[in-house]
Order: sequence, then C-alpha cells, then structure tokens
Amino acid sequence: MMGRFVLRRFGLALITLALLSVLVFIGTQLLPGDVGRRVLGPFATQESVDALNARLGTDRPPLVQYTDWIGGAVTGDLGDSITFARPVTELVGRALINSAKLAALAFVIVVPLSIWGGILAALRRGRLIDRLITVGGLSATVIPEFVSGIVLILIFAVTLGWLPGTASAPRGSGFFTQMRHLLLPAICLTLVLFGYIARITRAGVIEAMEADYTRTAILKGLPRRVVIRREVLRNALLPTIAVVASQMGYLIGGLVVVEVLFSYQGIGQLLYSAAQNADFPLLAGGVLVVGAMFQGSMLLADLAYSWLNPRIRLAGSG
Amino acid sequence: MTAQTAITHPALEVRDLALEYRIGPDWKSALRDINFTVERGESFGLVGESGCGKSTVAMAIMHYLPRNGRVTQGSIRLAGRDVTDLSPRELRDLRVNKISMVYQNPGTALNPSIRIGRQVEDVFELMGVPAREREGRVRQVLDKVQIADPIRVMRRYPHQLSGGMLQRVVIAMAIASRPALLILDEPTTGLDATVEAEVLDLVRDLRDEIGTSVLFISHSLAVIRKMCDRVAVLYAGRLMAVGPTEETFNNPSHPYTVGLLRCLPSPETGRRDETTLDTIPGFLPPLGAEITGCIYAERCGNVQDICREVEPELIPVPGDSVSRCHFWDRAQELPRTVPEAAPRRERSEETLLAITNASKTFVQDGAPVYALHDIDLEIRVGETVALVGESGSGKSTLAKVLLGIHAPDDGTVIALSGKGLSAKVAQRTQGEIGAIQMVFQNPDSALNRRHSVRRIIGRAVRLLRREGRKETDDRTKNLMREVRMGSQHLLAKPRQLSGGLKQRVAIARAFAGTPALVICDEPTSALDVSVQAAIINLLAELQAEENVSYLFISHDLNVVRYIADRVAVMYLGRLMEVGSSPRVFAGPHHPYTEALLSASPDLEEDTRIRLEGEIPAASNPPSGCVFQTRCPRKIGVICETVEPPLEEAEPGWFKRCHIPIEELRLLQGQPPAEVTADPATT
Amino acid sequence: MAQPSHSAGGFRLTIPQATRSQRWQVLRRSATFWVGATIVVIWVVFAIFGDFVTPFDPLGTPADVLNRLEAPSGEHPLGTDELGRDVLSRVLAGARQVLTVALAATVLGTIFGTALGLVVGYAGGIVDEILSRILDAFLSIPLVITGMLALTALGPNTLGVIVVIGLVFTPIIAKTVRAAVLSERQLDYVTAAQLRRDNGLYVLFVEILPNVANVIIVEFTVRLGYAIFTVLALSFLGFGIEPSIPDWGLMIAQHRGYLTGGIWWPVLFPALAIASLVVAVNLVADSISQAFE
Repeated sequence: MMGRFVLRRFGLALITLALLSVLVFIGTQLLPGDVGRRVLGPFATQESVDALNARLGTDRPPLVQYTDWIGGAVTGDLGDSITFARPVTELVGRALINSAKLAALAFVIVVPLSIWGGILAALRRGRLIDRLITVGGLSATVIPEFVSGIVLILIFAVTLGWLPGTASAPRGSGFFTQMRHLLLPAICLTLVLFGYIARITRAGVIEAMEADYTRTAILKGLPRRVVIRREVLRNALLPTIAVVASQMGYLIGGLVVVEVLFSYQGIGQLLYSAAQNADFPLLAGGVLVVGAMFQGSMLLADLAYSWLNPRIRLAGSG
Repeated sequence: MTAQTAITHPALEVRDLALEYRIGPDWKSALRDINFTVERGESFGLVGESGCGKSTVAMAIMHYLPRNGRVTQGSIRLAGRDVTDLSPRELRDLRVNKISMVYQNPGTALNPSIRIGRQVEDVFELMGVPAREREGRVRQVLDKVQIADPIRVMRRYPHQLSGGMLQRVVIAMAIASRPALLILDEPTTGLDATVEAEVLDLVRDLRDEIGTSVLFISHSLAVIRKMCDRVAVLYAGRLMAVGPTEETFNNPSHPYTVGLLRCLPSPETGRRDETTLDTIPGFLPPLGAEITGCIYAERCGNVQDICREVEPELIPVPGDSVSRCHFWDRAQELPRTVPEAAPRRERSEETLLAITNASKTFVQDGAPVYALHDIDLEIRVGETVALVGESGSGKSTLAKVLLGIHAPDDGTVIALSGKGLSAKVAQRTQGEIGAIQMVFQNPDSALNRRHSVRRIIGRAVRLLRREGRKETDDRTKNLMREVRMGSQHLLAKPRQLSGGLKQRVAIARAFAGTPALVICDEPTSALDVSVQAAIINLLAELQAEENVSYLFISHDLNVVRYIADRVAVMYLGRLMEVGSSPRVFAGPHHPYTEALLSASPDLEEDTRIRLEGEIPAASNPPSGCVFQTRCPRKIGVICETVEPPLEEAEPGWFKRCHIPIEELRLLQGQPPAEVTADPATT
Repeated sequence: MAQPSHSAGGFRLTIPQATRSQRWQVLRRSATFWVGATIVVIWVVFAIFGDFVTPFDPLGTPADVLNRLEAPSGEHPLGTDELGRDVLSRVLAGARQVLTVALAATVLGTIFGTALGLVVGYAGGIVDEILSRILDAFLSIPLVITGMLALTALGPNTLGVIVVIGLVFTPIIAKTVRAAVLSERQLDYVTAAQLRRDNGLYVLFVEILPNVANVIIVEFTVRLGYAIFTVLALSFLGFGIEPSIPDWGLMIAQHRGYLTGGIWWPVLFPALAIASLVVAVNLVADSISQAFE
C-alpha cells in the first residue's frame, strides 16, 4: 500500500513539475514577445536584435524551443545567462548555497519557536498569552519583510550598532561572523513564518485536545502531562510537518525581498537582478529550480506525514 | 471516614444538581434539580430524548465538562466522596480505580496513532500493575470481552477494527479496574442491530460477573428496559420520574412517560390499518427557557391551571417511585392526542414498479464492489414495502438505482406501470420523474438551509408540474396543508423549524408532483420518539389519501411491523427474504432474518441467535451463499459452493436459502405448517 | 463527513449553529475587529479623499527640491523626501495606490476563483484533477516571484500587477470554494434537486452558492491581506508602479540608502503606514473568519 502511495505521489510531483515548466516557459519565452528586443531595448538595431535572438534560439518555433530547453534542464544545462555570460546552473547553484545558509538559520530559529508558541497558545487557550501569540504572530506574519527589515536595521544596525546592516560577511569570514551578518535577515523571515506555523500548531493541538480519544485518555486517568505529550502532540504535530514544508515556498519568496534589502548574494537576489535586466534564460532556469525544490520538499513532507500516520501507512491491511 | 460507613454509601448519589452552559454571552440552565441514587450492584438507566441533558449528567459525574459548562449547585457523591471538590490527583485516582466510561461512537474514542494493546495497557499501568504482568492482564481482559484473538488485536491500530470490535476494546478498558461505577453513554447507538445485541449481552454478563454498578444512558426505551433495574426519565434538563424499570414502564406515573410509550410501535400495537400511533404534541423547550410551572405543561394532555403556575416537586408515588407531576395518579388517563381510527385505504394487486435482475457494481480503487446482485422486487399500487438490513446491505443503493441516481449494471430492467424506465433520471420523462420521489433520512441535509419553505416546495412543484405561477403557489399551499402545516411557515427557513416540521416540509416536497412511489429512507431515525410517531401517522394518512406506494427503508423492526405490508430483507447486496409483513415476522424465517429479529432488545437473551464474525466486504463476497460465513443454520458444503436462488417457497413468500422450509420450521421451533396460516391470506 | 449522523441522544453537547445575527453579535463584541476595522476605514478615507486632506501636493512641485531631506518639523511633521516632497502628504496619498490595486486584484481573483471553484466542485472528476495540478504548479512558485516574472515579461504597469495577482489567486480561491462545494454536494438537498431534474446552473448558483458564501467572504478578506502584502513587495522591488505615483513600497526602496546616514523619516513613516494597514486588514480578516467558522 505504502509503495503504491509513494509511486502515485512521485508521479503527481512529476506532472506538476512538467506543468510548471510549461508555465515558466510561457512566462519567459512567449509572453515577452520579441525576447531580443526586450533585452536590448527599443533603440537597438534590428540586426543586433536578430543576432541575439539567433544566439538565444528565440527565433525558433515555440515547441522546438521548449523541448530544447526542457531537454537541457533534465541533463543539468539551463543555458547561459545574458548578463553574466555564465551557465545558469552554475550561477543558481552558487546562489542557492548562500540562500540555504540564510534559510537554514531562519528555520532553526522559527521551527522550534513557533511550534512551542503554538502549543503554549493552545494549552492556555483564551488567556492573555494565547491572544499575544495568535494576534501578535498573525500581525508579524502579514507585515512585509522589507518593513520589519527596515525597522530592525534602524534599531539594531543604525541606532544601537549591535549587528551589521548587510548580510554578506567579508570574504573568508568565520562561521560566527557569517551568522552574525545573517541574523537580522533571518529574524525578518522568522517574523513572517512564526505566526503561521504557530497558528497551525495551535489549531492542531486544540483539535486533538477536543477529540474523543483525548477524552478517553483523560477519563481513564492519565496525567495531563502524559495526555498532552502522547495523545495530543502525537496527532497534532503531524499536520504541522506538512505546513512547515509548505512554507519553503513562502520562504523563497521572502528571500527575494530580504536578500535585496540586506544585499545578500542568494537565489532571491539573483532572480531579482535577472528580472531587472530581462535576463530571460537566468530567470527561467532560476524559477524552475525554485519550483523543483519546493515540489521536492512537499514530496518529502508528504512521505514523512504518511509514514508517521498509521492510517495511511497501514491502509487496506486490516 | 470509617470503613463501616463506607459500606452503607450507595455507588452514586446525585443531589440537587444544577448545571449551566454559556451560549454566546448568556448562561443557560441545562440541568436543574437532578436527584437520583445508584445503589451498589444496581443498573440504573437514564432515558430521554436528544437535548434533554443525559450526556451532560454523565460528564458532570466524570467531572469532565466542556469549557462552556459549569455546575452551579448540588453534589455528586461517588461512594460517599463528593467529586465536585477533588484535587486533580484525587480526581485522577478516582478515574483510574473507581469509575469508568464507555462512549457512543467507538470509532473516535481510541487514539488513531497508538496500538490497541498499548492503549489498554495504560489502564493497568495507571493501576500500578508491574510491567511484566501487564501484557498478560491485557490479554485476559480482551479475552473477557470475548475478543477471539487478543494477541492479534493488540497489535492493531483502531482504524483496522470494526465498530463492534472497538466498542469491546473500550469496554475492556472500562472494566479493567473493576470500577465501582461504570457509565455507558449510548454505547450501542450507531451500531448495527446484531452487533448491538452482542454488545448489550456482553455488558450484562460482565456486570453480573464483576458486580459493578452501572449507569446506562440511552434514548432507547427498549434498551433501557432490557438493561436496567431502575430508571430515571429526563426531560428538558429535569427528572420527570424515577423508579424501578418495570414499574416506570408498566405502570407509569408521569404523562411524559405515558406519552413516550404510546408513541412507540411495539409487537403488541396493532398495525397501521387498525390504529394510529399516539403522539406528543408541541416541542421541547429551548435550552435555558425560563418557564414557570411544570416544564412539560405545554405538551401535556392532563394539564390544569396549577401546572402552569407551580412547578411540581418529585412526589413519592406507589411502587417505590417518584414523579414530577401534580396529577401523577391520573397519568395513565392521559387522553389520546390523535384519534385512534386509522385512515382507510384501498390496495390493489396491480404492480406499480418492478425491478428485475438488478445488480450494481461500483469500481473502487480499480477493484469492483458488488453493491447489488440479482435483485427482483415488485411494489404494488398503494402498498408499503419495507427494506430491512444492516448497514452496507445495499438498501440505499437499491433506492438510488430506482430513483435513477445510480445507473445499474446492464441487464437490469426497471418498469413503472408496465412501461420500461430509463436507468438515468436525466433520461426519464417529466411524469416519470414526478412519479418516483424520495424522503431523506436527515431533513437538515435534505433541505437547503438558505431557502424558505415556500421556495423549497415551490421549486419542486414548478419543475414537476410545469404550471402557471398561480397554480404553483396554490399547489404549494395545498401541500403545506396536506402535511398539516400552516401557511405561517411558508416564509420560514429550515433553521427556524423543529426536526419534525422540517421532515414534513421534506415530505411535502416529495409529494409535489403527485408521486406514485415515494422512497422513504429511514425517514424517522433522525427524529425523536415523540416526533417519529407523528411522521409515521402522516405518511400513513398521505398513503390513504393519495393511494401512493412506499418503499420504506428502516432498521427499526417495530416501525416496519407497524407500517409495512410486505418486507424485503437484504444482506450484502442480495434479497434474502421477501414476503408479506405478518408472514415475515411470524416465520419460519430465513436464518438471517431470524438473527435480525432475535437481536431486538425486546427479547430475552436465551432466545437469541448470535451471529459470528463480521459482515464480509462487498468487494470480496463469500463463495456460495453470501451469508454462509456467519450463518448459524449452515447445513454443509452446498452453502459454501452454490449460491441459492431467491425462490418462492410459499405463495408470495420468497427465500434465498438451501434449507427447505419445513426444516427451517423445525429448527426455529415453530408449530407445523397447517397451524400458522398466513394472516394476510386469510 | 459523508453522512452527518444526527442520531437521537448523540454524545456531542450540541450547541446550535450560529445564525447570521449571532455571527454579527460575535463580531460586534470582538475588540480586534473594531481596532482593525477602524484603521482600515481611516486608510480608505485617505485613499478616497486624499487629495483634499494632504497639506502639500504629494506629487511635489519643482520648488520642493530646495528643501530636500528635511527632518520632521512644524511645517513638515514627517519631514521631506529626497526630492523635497512632504512625506506626510505622500504617505496619506499612498493609501490609494495600494488599496485600489490590492482590492481590484482580490475582487478579480475572487470572482474567477468562485466561478471556477463552483464548476469544478460540482463537475468533479477529471476537471477537478486538472485544476489541482495547475494549482500545485502555480503554488510551487512564490507569489512575489511569479509577479516579478510576469511583470518582466509584460513590462511594468499597474494593470499588469492586478491581473497577475488576480490570476494567481484564482486557483487558490477556486480550491477553497471547491472544497466547500464538495461537502455541500454530499448533502441530500442536491440529490433532491437531481430528483426533480433541476437546472445545473440553478443548483450551482441558487442552491449551493448561498451556502458557501461564508467561505468566500472569509477567503476574500484573507486574500486581500496577501494582495496588499504582494503589491507592496513588488513596488518595493520596483515592479509595476510608475515612479512618480506616491507608493509606500517605492518610497522605502528609494530612501533606504539614506538610513545609514541617519535619515530615517522617509523610510520609517511609510513602513509604519504599511504595518498599520496590513495588520488592520488581517485583524478584520481574522475576526471575520472566527465569527463565521
């Protein structure tokens, strides 16, 4: 049963990725119309535009372009960036490593914190701390990263001077210097994610606490602590796993803004500059990679969820 | 307190209990002046309709109220200890050792992600049983609740077990500590009749064995009557009567009890052509309604002026009982609210609808599920055919095939008044569509909650009759009158109507296009007893007036016995027995029918036929006769290899069984053929 | 879910479902709702009547250049920006841009999403499967990046922002509506409509739609919050807004370089404006969803 589920889920992810590639292709090769003209601007000569289109291959029929592009993508070749004149794969790869550091720091801060906050809010439901976590968390979630980032820079970098206002540490810096530089941007991301994850956790815990099986456990005389740990959290945290993974998408979106604000050479900044410079091959490749990573993390989350959930794992083996 | 005084304490003593719920900003009274005592070793029943506060009493005793509930007055003493002022540790100790509970809906009562064995083991761990003894104890207690293979069950997760099995596990957990008090809150509601019977037997055996006191909560008078020594009748958060079960039901001293008993059809009640069912007029007052005088006065046929002014106390009455009625001695003189004379109707032998060679196969996850197989059934003009069987037997699928919602497999023939009927509702003519209509089980689901009654009925009239605006409107109002509703309800939304009124609206809608056949799918099972009778009367009256036929799906055999002319029994997608209602109830029966009938809580245990095992999956039906895996009368290899046909063993009586009728008669202890003349043919 | 059981004497201590008036009662009592609603209304007023209340011309005059980057003072309570324009006037006037764009995008997404969700939920089957896949594909890319991508392709313009956000919202809202329709479709009143062979459109729009209206209202308010968030992020990044229009995101982007020089007012005040608006919208959204669910 589990095997069939994994296969099916994997197949769905592939279909979604294929669809995504079509969407990206439409967005970067078809929508712009004359790609060469868009890159070179209205004042370039028609000859140079034609030459660029010929070099990029954008003068070919769309279907040929797409199969060529996707064929390359499968073998790890996403073409060359126009602005940087380097392979897209290489640029994206390097940027991803930087972004991964920032994202990892943000996750390390936000995941335990928000799950703890969500549990606390659920257990103290209706009290002040609950209101603080839910309303405060929600408010933090909806404030754009560049707003909270500006305020953080103003307080910690400009006024107090405790932390650097840019994320890129000088070349060759040690681990702690790098982390120090990454702390403010990571907090920006944390602020956005905290409220969301805490909320889902809280809802899951409350649902589990009101479930009939929790009533059974309490009425059989289990101590509250055991009930919460074993009966409630076990069932409540399952959905949270999926939510944390689905936040990968928002996280990468947030990275664009945060990396621009803190001048950090990550995937967000790279996509931003690709968009600014109408660097269509880079944009297309970057977005495709981002989408694939998101699908991958969702896939992992789903598998983890179903493996931890006996109702799915043992489905049909009654 | 000394050991000596402890002995004299009853198991449970509830005194002057009052309780409120906060709904929106207001606290509303849910229970008031609740007084009863459960003696040691006694089975005490708490009976009442939905919303009367039964479960709230249980939760108050367990000291486990929802966040919006609070006890405002009174005491609850368990073996002398007041549970309302215990420390958390004492409370836990109490729950571990003294009191346990079995819940409605066993499917959700166990943690889905923890193995059964572990969940049962908890109980022993809490009791302080050393780790190495626990597994043995778990096995023992599962054994005790008659689980055949405890080791295997212990390794399972809840979703892998059936409802009946899960309820056994919950019961095992509840009795593990041999508690002083065991609370059972609707433990069999939602379970199939044969499973219910088994669970009830089990509870009875266990109680006798371990001598625990039992508080049994149920809406079913029959179940309470079977299970309890004494009983309390609850109405709108107040006790109406308390006393020994026999006394309370056989010699009732409260008009509410009298009314409830009259609402219920029983084997002693005449059939629908002989008598109507009596009803209780009016509605349950809303939660927290402030009423001066007796809370039942509005619905009571014996009401006097004083009833509306002074609320009666619980008055001691003969037979060791109490009654909250000023005129308890006149309770049984309660006048009927409905004239006894049943509506007269005409029946004919003319066939209205015939379905032949019907089968329906669904495809689920690539595998076929045989929902219906080889169904042959006819319904005559003006008659009521009841469709009986447990969940999963295919009753609703058959209904949906007739209605054209599910297309049956090829080869199925449906004929209406001799003319072939399309399999799909979309291909039927307007007349055919109006001719077959349906009344659903749950009016909350069947009526659009955003539409007014006028719109709900009017739309059906418009589409099924296609007349002018005025005719449509007249017909709508006419239908309202026919279901005994006033036109003041035309603009109401379903939310503003009681359950009974909602079901009337649904019935009116079904009659919009002058139907020839109305399929009633458990039309009263979502309703309270007091409302159920009125709906059944209404259906009987409409049948007499309109000469309509009913296909009446029900699991309540007493209702079936009352209303049906013929009965068809289904099991695993097949018709097992078809015959006139008196003939089917009188026997000799198909072995499955026999088991169903003997599962009724009205009967005593020693006459019961127990069914082994579980209903097989429709995706993988047993070879030969589909009932052979559980049949107590199985005769041999032939049952396992050859599926018996549905054969006419007597004129008008069909069975799908290899056992000859004479043998069935002998097996079931029936007198020989010539004595049991079929009442329908005499 | 398939068969709501209403057996007599159920355990659940059923509390009657909230009616419309009770829902408003809950809302009226909610402090967060009132705080949020008040702030939103204030910003809406500025968005509509901004031209009459701003002390200076938010678009600036050539003479403004003389007093560029002035600190807050009596004349300019929030200071002036790099072109000498009054920050207060620009902040007040900036409400219009973000509110119109976000509202238009959300309305667009809600209309299309509702229609699509209704049809897909009712039709089911293969259509449903296809929509789910497209939705998944859309959701694999963060909204900001989709916006960037589309606006790079289309060229920057306000209408583009509205259409892109609206289009991305369409499948998201459709999915929510679809789920609500699916659970409605289980109910017997839909079967009853089938049994009188009622018109599919009638069933969809007259029978089902009113019953999923709450879901749509809640979804709309939540999406509005996301739309504001995205519009501002895009304008901060320099996509989709013409530079002369007063816009909070753009103001921050243009002036954040001055922060290290201690010039904070052209950045902080629009940031606070953004914070107040998004928090207010989400307080309203949150209290509505709590009252309705």
